[in-house]
Amino acid sequence: MKSAVLVFPGINRERDLARAFHEVSGVAPHMVWHTETELPDVDVVAIPGGFSYGDYLRCGAIAARSPIIEAVRRHADRGGYVLGICNGFQIVTEIGLLPGALMRNASLKFVCKEVRLRVDNASTAFTSAYAPGQVIRCPIAHGEGNYFADAETLARLEGEGRVAFRYCDEAGETTDAANPNGSIHSIAGILNERGNVLGMMPHPENLIEALQGGIDGRGLFESLARVA
Amino acid sequence: MIPNDIKITPELVKEHGLKPDEYQRILDLIGREPTLTELGIFSAMWNEHCSYKSSKKWLKQLPTKGERVLIGPGENAGVVDIGDGQAVVFKMESHNHPSYIEPYQGATTGVGGILRDVFTMGARPIAAMNALRFGEPTHPKTHHVVSGVVAGVGGYGNSFGVPTVGGEVNFHRRYNGNCLVNAFAAGLLKSDEIFLSEAKGVGMPVVYLGSKTGRDGMGGATMASAEFDENSAEKRPTVQVGDPFAEKLLLEASLELMASGAVIAIQDMGAAGLTCSAVEMGAKGNLGLELNLDMVPTREPNMTAYEMMLSESQERMLMVLHPHLEEQAEAIFRKWGLDFAIVGYTTDTLRFVVKHHGEVMADLPIKELGDQAPEYDRPWVEPAKQPVLDVADVPAPANYAKALLDLLGSPNLSSRRWVWEQYDHLIQGNTVQRPGGDAAVVRVERPNGGTAKGLGFTCDVTPRYVEADPYEGGKQAIAESWRNLSAVGALPIAVTDNLNFGNPERPEIMGQFVMALKGIGEACLALDMPIVSGNVSLYNETNGEAILPTPAIGAVGLMDDVEKTVGVAFANSEDVILLVGETTGWMGQSSYLYELYGREEGAPPPVDLALEKKTGDFVRDCVIAGRVTAAHDLSDGGLLVALAEMAMAGGKGARLLLPETEVPLHAFLFGEDQARYVLTASPIEASRLIVDAAMAGVAATAIGAVGGSELVIPGHLTVAVADLRERHESWMPSYMSAA
Repeated sequence: MKSAVLVFPGINRERDLARAFHEVSGVAPHMVWHTETELPDVDVVAIPGGFSYGDYLRCGAIAARSPIIEAVRRHADRGGYVLGICNGFQIVTEIGLLPGALMRNASLKFVCKEVRLRVDNASTAFTSAYAPGQVIRCPIAHGEGNYFADAETLARLEGEGRVAFRYCDEAGETTDAANPNGSIHSIAGILNERGNVLGMMPHPENLIEALQGGIDGRGLFESLARVA
Repeated sequence: MIPNDIKITPELVKEHGLKPDEYQRILDLIGREPTLTELGIFSAMWNEHCSYKSSKKWLKQLPTKGERVLIGPGENAGVVDIGDGQAVVFKMESHNHPSYIEPYQGATTGVGGILRDVFTMGARPIAAMNALRFGEPTHPKTHHVVSGVVAGVGGYGNSFGVPTVGGEVNFHRRYNGNCLVNAFAAGLLKSDEIFLSEAKGVGMPVVYLGSKTGRDGMGGATMASAEFDENSAEKRPTVQVGDPFAEKLLLEASLELMASGAVIAIQDMGAAGLTCSAVEMGAKGNLGLELNLDMVPTREPNMTAYEMMLSESQERMLMVLHPHLEEQAEAIFRKWGLDFAIVGYTTDTLRFVVKHHGEVMADLPIKELGDQAPEYDRPWVEPAKQPVLDVADVPAPANYAKALLDLLGSPNLSSRRWVWEQYDHLIQGNTVQRPGGDAAVVRVERPNGGTAKGLGFTCDVTPRYVEADPYEGGKQAIAESWRNLSAVGALPIAVTDNLNFGNPERPEIMGQFVMALKGIGEACLALDMPIVSGNVSLYNETNGEAILPTPAIGAVGLMDDVEKTVGVAFANSEDVILLVGETTGWMGQSSYLYELYGREEGAPPPVDLALEKKTGDFVRDCVIAGRVTAAHDLSDGGLLVALAEMAMAGGKGARLLLPETEVPLHAFLFGEDQARYVLTASPIEASRLIVDAAMAGVAATAIGAVGGSELVIPGHLTVAVADLRERHESWMPSYMSAA
């Protein structure tokens, strides 16, 4: 699997994400600076978490207007994989590759903890290493992860099986208590129509080794390694 | 605009926080009346915060050397060798006064300042902690201060990208008018690539980097060197505003610049901004320095020399660069979108010259500015000691389950989850022991692969103990950090101290300071934990009432193999629970007495340093050898609270069979004798551990077994772990959600 990790000023989980790609595929990803206009020849473009441009103005809004973004759009149009995690998810929605928006957490507070996710679609390029309905542990760390989309968009997302991950409890139930940020339909991660773009708030890249407390996050990178 | 040659009146001198005799010293030193800018420069260099004039005499007596110490106090942060050509850089620093006046910004800039201290040395920050002390929960300001400070710590650290892995949060009425925000940061570097502030070479360019200079934070260090009164809110404009995004850029640009080989010397602009950093670089290098303020990037028009020299705008650095690498350096800073300007040159005159619009605004002897700061041997009296409290004077609880639940649900012993879940403690992917245990453990990979090492981090002090007996309390702060690190399997290697006290001009406060330092110094020597950096915060008083003396300790420990660490959680049913150490039932100054009865009485538990060493070494060896399944040090709340914490963390109960003892049950369960731990191990291993402990001269007794879903002491207490959790987790969220 050949991958690239984009770096914008203020991004801060690029090393975590690069490490996950490296661990799973054995190949270190290309680190691509935001002022570039071309991507290297890669299968997966990953946009990491952090606070691009300080999250000033609106999360992801300024990064979405960086020179590299046109190349990301072309990569996605060609069917290349795009993975946006946390700030990366926010950026991908700002670009318009995914619908909806991420609002301030319902608690109005930043929250870092481990949550449970239910894999609602395990037949995607990003999730095939998981079993359908599997409940996995995954860290979150964000202040604005409250996913929202209008009723029509939601109906399409749900109808087309484009909700990849949902926040749930240990038993796999989606409850208010298990929803850490107020996301509508407990949505933690969604796909585009074509299934080659995934945006998610949680950080699977921080749970890929036993030392980190578990390896539940590996599945996502292993899934990509199968197809790319 | 105030002219630079204004007549210096006694009022003006007073407004600059300088005493008449200190002003006389200035006149003697320069042989004429200073200009306004010069007066500002002196006030910045000679205030308590920057000059350590009251504390220097005593700080010099602390143990600061050790085999591993590469850089001790005096630089931006201490540096300690951790093998494999790697070193850990760390320091703790207070931001108390600003955080009380403007909690969010005060806390953010505290975090920003300490991170800058660490990466200025060339290290990438890998861990942060925060020791926070607030007023009593019922005080009208406490809620607001807690909320703002915690959000500020998180707001800065989360965006910057450092995991905040540990800390302390306490409430006490003596912090009602003066909270404490002590921020710790640690970074990692190669031990042969340490950057220092000492300028070298004449005619070298002095370069300004980072954010622009504004009028914020003017005279902040001077404010931090005065007491508070009811008008302190008027000092809000002296608080700086933090920009973690700018700091993140400054980090990346600085590290990139250092790697390019262009940097000769570097100093961050912290307290007293441009003044302090420029003077330090020159004075340390035995060089003069000339600044041209026309070149300083400013945020606002028409700033005067005085304002520029005293501004404490954040996220700024000063560097001395190799002249032939200037262009390369500038390109790196342009890439990161930061200001870069050559603002001066080093000289051979030993003068600190400041020019603005072609005029000399200040011309002062650079060495004397730093070295000739007043140094006081302030009078002090040894604080009266409290008598040892007789256990007979401490009532036993009518209901042990209720007493335990009340303790676990008290403001000081309840869960801090509400706090640390607002801090990103997982970023960088190296957090092995997360917040909530004895010490945090962060993985450190060796440069050439192989088993990863671990660094342990903890913050400790029990201010109630220090108040009752500064000497024993000082020892205890170090001993507790030693235990917390030992319990996770880390060898304590060095310490940073953040000494928060009241007004040193009062002999009883100075006495607390002197005696606490004596205790700290002795403990550091006995436990081989040299002090490599630190910060002193005095004048923590409001309307004449001082805070509890709070010498906060940040300690760092090293593990050869990070995978060997254990946590506090009960792991397996049937595991035997061992109590390690001697229990006499010491109730003086205990949490039991304070939280349940509101009593702060008696002498604090004495600390036997030789016993601490022996016991800690034994426990650490057991952890590293993989012989125990959980380890926890005993501190606030004593044995029963520690067991409850282990049960809650593991989601498993325990059945206790306490040994026969003359110690009354409540004192056995809630006493706070030092040098104690709880370990768990398989039944077979536990019997061996008891034998080995005896051989090592350490007391170890089986006191029960893990299992079930309740904590049980037959005949005295039966309480469900779920109920313990419910009480432990609920206080802070419900306090903070109440308006």
